[in-house]
Amino acid sequence: MKMPKANPATIKSSTIAAGSLSSRVLAGVDARATWAELVNGTILENAGGAALRAKSVAAELRGKSIVLATIDQFRAAAALVELDGIARRIVLFPPDVAVEHLAYVAKTAEADVLITDHDAAATAPHGMGRVIRCVRNLMPVDGADEEPSTIETEWILLTSGTTGLPKLAVHTLVSLAGSAWHTDPASASLVWSTFYDMRRYGGLHIFLHAALTGTSLVVSHAHEPVADFLWRAGENGVTNISGTPSHWRRALMSSAANRIAPEYIRMSGEIVDQAILNQVQAQYPNARVAHTFASTEAGVGFNVNDGLMGFPAEILESNPLIEMKIEDETLRIRSMRTATRYLGEAAPVLKDADGFVDTGDTVELRNGRYYFTGRRDGTINVGGYKVHPEEVEAVINRHPVVAMSLVKAKKNPITGSLVVADVVLNAECAASSSSEPQRDILQFCRAQLDHHKVPATINIVATLPIGESGKLVRRA
Amino acid sequence: MDIKAEITAQFKQVAKEQDKRLAPLTDNVALLDSGLDSLCFAIVVARLESALGTDPFSEDEDARFPVTFGDFVLFYENAKS
Repeated sequence: MKMPKANPATIKSSTIAAGSLSSRVLAGVDARATWAELVNGTILENAGGAALRAKSVAAELRGKSIVLATIDQFRAAAALVELDGIARRIVLFPPDVAVEHLAYVAKTAEADVLITDHDAAATAPHGMGRVIRCVRNLMPVDGADEEPSTIETEWILLTSGTTGLPKLAVHTLVSLAGSAWHTDPASASLVWSTFYDMRRYGGLHIFLHAALTGTSLVVSHAHEPVADFLWRAGENGVTNISGTPSHWRRALMSSAANRIAPEYIRMSGEIVDQAILNQVQAQYPNARVAHTFASTEAGVGFNVNDGLMGFPAEILESNPLIEMKIEDETLRIRSMRTATRYLGEAAPVLKDADGFVDTGDTVELRNGRYYFTGRRDGTINVGGYKVHPEEVEAVINRHPVVAMSLVKAKKNPITGSLVVADVVLNAECAASSSSEPQRDILQFCRAQLDHHKVPATINIVATLPIGESGKLVRRA
Repeated sequence: MDIKAEITAQFKQVAKEQDKRLAPLTDNVALLDSGLDSLCFAIVVARLESALGTDPFSEDEDARFPVTFGDFVLFYENAKS
């Protein structure tokens, strides 16, 4: 759908258009509001902790580039409703990204304003001139925005990069929301939820779907145990819920799995295997279980509704608005739903000359059906978190006993994959058998890498294969 | 080999490595209340595959996930028998 650039639709205007504002809710872990309260409320505080008036928000934040770094998802949702159409740019900074990256992200996004609910972000050296706190949950706005004109806000999502620094992918409300503009009166009775954090593509997609099609929404919290979330989702009568296969495996291990009785379950974000499809269907026999291909860069590709892993080849031709092709074994997508570019100097190219985004996901065709086989660049997906082998190898290779290393994925039934490393010791250390190099290397990694990036096992090997290009051979 | 002892040892080892506080491993303790997170379980399952030569999670696509520590041990004992 082509949206006009002047005065484009915003979350607020689209949420209002979707209707049922007073009867549908946004439920967070310790805050709850109707959508009517959200579109008329503010979470932004002045220095005294009172609400900034809508008028002053519009005046102060209009045209600014803003980093939104709250721990709490309810506050993030409220801020997005408040700022879309006013800010030039909103960067969604998830709570699991280290605050040390704030300065880099702010600089790359040319951000002027930080909005946060926690001290670690507020006091980090972030380089932004203005910090707005949002510790309270939602306050009514005193007086309406006098200037209703809106601009098309750029939404920036972070994805992991090979160097350990995040990459900043640019979206708009149109590219993120896709087909969610069409409301259906039946939507008012639906309650969506997701295990995803809404600062990630999978979660943001559900938030916008709920806002724009007119449903209720239950959001999780970064520090909430899975059983508590399932209880809360159940108490709120969740009908539709999404997550990664790893989210679902964790849910099935919870004694609270039976607290929800969804009608529709969607999986995305990792390779979906037959086991998790069967196990989820067995736990929720009345639910329709689907899986979706989507990524931050490529947007939403397709839904698979036949209960089987992989996807039928004809799905590539099924939607005229989303062009898909397989080239050099990877899935490529061209549509209105893809990100437009990466921000920053020397940022990698997101689309090829024809406008296709290479998802980097490799597939294999067997009997008319494609199956995902992994990532071309060797990126490892550990429970929905991407790990670039090069980043882990760089750390291992700094250890004094190591000559070289190869980091790769090991298939795992809980997190999809785990990181493992083959390590060649330097000649001096290989000769001495007294030490325990694996333990030393692992400790070294734990001190420098996020938990999911630390190898689960380290195998000491005599050599590693080097290809004709002089590079490590990454794929068998 | 005592499967339960091996599983208990792996739970303790992984908890120590990942700085997690492990609950007493009684049969009734829920896995998600044991103090381990998904990443820890993933590592435990990978190490048990090396130690016991089996990964019952991957062997049966229709298997129900264990919920308690006792279920988890049974899951491995049944896989071996």
